[in-house]
Amino acid sequence: MARIYIFKRFERFWHWAQAALIVFLLLTGFEIHGTYALFGWEKAANLHTTAAWTLIGLWLFAIFWHFTTGEWKQYIPTGKNVVAVMNYYSVGIFTGAPHPFRATQLSKHNPLQRLAYLLVKLFINPLIWVSGLAYLYYNDLAATKIAGLAGLQLGSIALVHTAAAFMMLAFLIGHIYLSTTGHTPLAHIKAMITGWEEEYANEPPAAVKQ
Amino acid sequence: MRTGRFIAAVMASMLLVPTAHAASDPASEKLLKSTSDHTKFKALQQEFNAGPEVTKACLGCHTEASKQLHKTQHWKWEYRTAEGQLLGKKNVINNFCTSIRTNEAACNVCHIGYGWKDDTFDFKSEVNVDCLVCHDTTGDYKKPAGLAGNVVTKEMEYPPGSGNIIKPIDLKKIAQAVGKTSRDNCGACHFYGGGGDGVKHGDMDSSLASPDKELDVHMDALGLNFGCATCHMTEGHQVPGSRYAPTAQDKGDAHVRGKEYTTNPTTCQACHGQAPHKKIAKLNDHTDKVACQSCHIPKFARGGIATKMSWDWSTGGKMGPDGKPLIKKDAKGHVTYTAAKGDFVLGENVVPDYQWFNGKVRYTLFSDKVEKSDQPVRINHFEGSAGDGKSLIWPVKIMRGKQAFDPVNKRLAVVHTAGNDDTGYWTNFNWEKAVAVGMASIGAPFSGQVDFVTTESTWPITHMVAPAKDSVPCHDCHASNGRLEKVPGIYIPGRTSDHAAWLDTAGWALALLTLLGSLGHGLARVIAYTRRK
Repeated sequence: MARIYIFKRFERFWHWAQAALIVFLLLTGFEIHGTYALFGWEKAANLHTTAAWTLIGLWLFAIFWHFTTGEWKQYIPTGKNVVAVMNYYSVGIFTGAPHPFRATQLSKHNPLQRLAYLLVKLFINPLIWVSGLAYLYYNDLAATKIAGLAGLQLGSIALVHTAAAFMMLAFLIGHIYLSTTGHTPLAHIKAMITGWEEEYANEPPAAVKQ
Repeated sequence: MRTGRFIAAVMASMLLVPTAHAASDPASEKLLKSTSDHTKFKALQQEFNAGPEVTKACLGCHTEASKQLHKTQHWKWEYRTAEGQLLGKKNVINNFCTSIRTNEAACNVCHIGYGWKDDTFDFKSEVNVDCLVCHDTTGDYKKPAGLAGNVVTKEMEYPPGSGNIIKPIDLKKIAQAVGKTSRDNCGACHFYGGGGDGVKHGDMDSSLASPDKELDVHMDALGLNFGCATCHMTEGHQVPGSRYAPTAQDKGDAHVRGKEYTTNPTTCQACHGQAPHKKIAKLNDHTDKVACQSCHIPKFARGGIATKMSWDWSTGGKMGPDGKPLIKKDAKGHVTYTAAKGDFVLGENVVPDYQWFNGKVRYTLFSDKVEKSDQPVRINHFEGSAGDGKSLIWPVKIMRGKQAFDPVNKRLAVVHTAGNDDTGYWTNFNWEKAVAVGMASIGAPFSGQVDFVTTESTWPITHMVAPAKDSVPCHDCHASNGRLEKVPGIYIPGRTSDHAAWLDTAGWALALLTLLGSLGHGLARVIAYTRRK
């Protein structure tokens, strides 16, 4: 069985660090929101802020990495095979059909993944980032004198931030589940840890070969 | 070795310094601070038979003192607000003992003068200014209730025929020992407002005479040891920081020497500035909405002395089985009922209420109409809102009362309570007589009927500042049903009532559906896989 090296060291570090931070931010964030008491409000707020800055730092590195390595191209959406992949998840996966997509170093993500991750990167993340910074620097917004920013109410900022958090939570749940849909339930997760994807025996249909 | 010896020598010399101090004469040390020894003044080396005689002697040197005092609220007991309401003790009604009118002989022992027993008091008299009540350092100076602020220099029985003997005070000794005003001087009245220790304010009682650090971080007798005037920086006898015209929001910087300031020197900001939190900067972000006091005074009546939280006059007048006026006490020995005053509820370590406050206080005065349908009648209330740009969230004591009013003329009643006469309620327990005299004193009509209305008054909480470690923790407000649950117009993270309910519902629904979808899909995969085998 052939193996191919898909996820580089930084990429894996970035993924898992980000995963841990996001889980932790959700945990502390919903305590700040008032959903439950876990760490105690003050601690939750302090930890949330620290974790947020860490994540922002990580993101800056990741953005730099994506552009310098050209990996950003992995997220360019493609219409090719979208239907085939959707068919696979709604039908083929139950009948034992092979996955219509084969990961390669040049194309790590199937068309649905590309779309989903692009949505996270271009919509949910910026929404969290911008609303979070506005939340943190709420008191200084008025001093910016930027129309639309100076008059923002904390309630509106919190609303956007919370909405983005719910979206991230939904993504996280779906993402974790879909990570079990490789040729074995742990195949994707293993690949994300070791970087190596095992090429499984079934050849994909010739039509969708990359 | 040399260094060691040197250090030892320095330390030894440091040890010697306090010894040298202790050896000096305490009297001459006092003189280092004051240039006058009042025992040496001829004018004070005489027997004084009455308070005004002492004042006359004082004025011999301090020629302008009484003129200064005549301009103060301590003397006038009158204050006109920017909105035109005439306030001050002379004019307001409260829901403790209600009013000084017709009760001056008792209440006005706390006036800084001698002899204000009725409307005939001469506010222009210089000798009637009482210097000693604020400048006594002996602790012996006493102004017994009932004597209109006069002092006793010859043993007397008061009230006459009561068998209660009042011992005279030595005015000569007291006058020769005058000094700077201390916490005890201010406290003699301000700790006892409302007729007893801690009764009125909740954040001021005799525990502040010598507090520890936990009770008041600034007044801590073994620490910073602030006097009242350390904050209430008095000039020309004008004491700043009146609650009739409080500074609700101070946007100024910390006051430094060499600059002229027109703003209130008693505010926290006047010393601490606008960004006092050095370690946790986020706390500075609270100061645009929250008064310092809201976090730094976690509770009031913290010094072991209870404050009155409610007072129901309507139950007064009950006699005990012995036929004498009934008195009830709680397990701690606090009086909770007297025939003269009705029922009380007392509180210690009370969590304040919180309100938006812009510095404007509005009163219900004698002349204002009072409807029973408006209960509780707001004796006074703080104005302010989240959006007016002038308000902060302030801690307050809400005093609840039930007090007499005239149901026909719809006016709060002036009650003649104190007095050894045929109409004083405290001795005769007859409302109609007591109110008739009271109303007549202000020229108000009285229908002859007395009913009771529930009332509320609001008192700012600003003293008894705790050390930083004891300030209100975040989760006391950043929570549902927390301290600020009822404060409107502001988004408080953690307070559920601020949430957009639709977002929470939609958000959790989205998460749940994603989870259920995933589980369903997974289950189907397991079933399909098992069947294929």
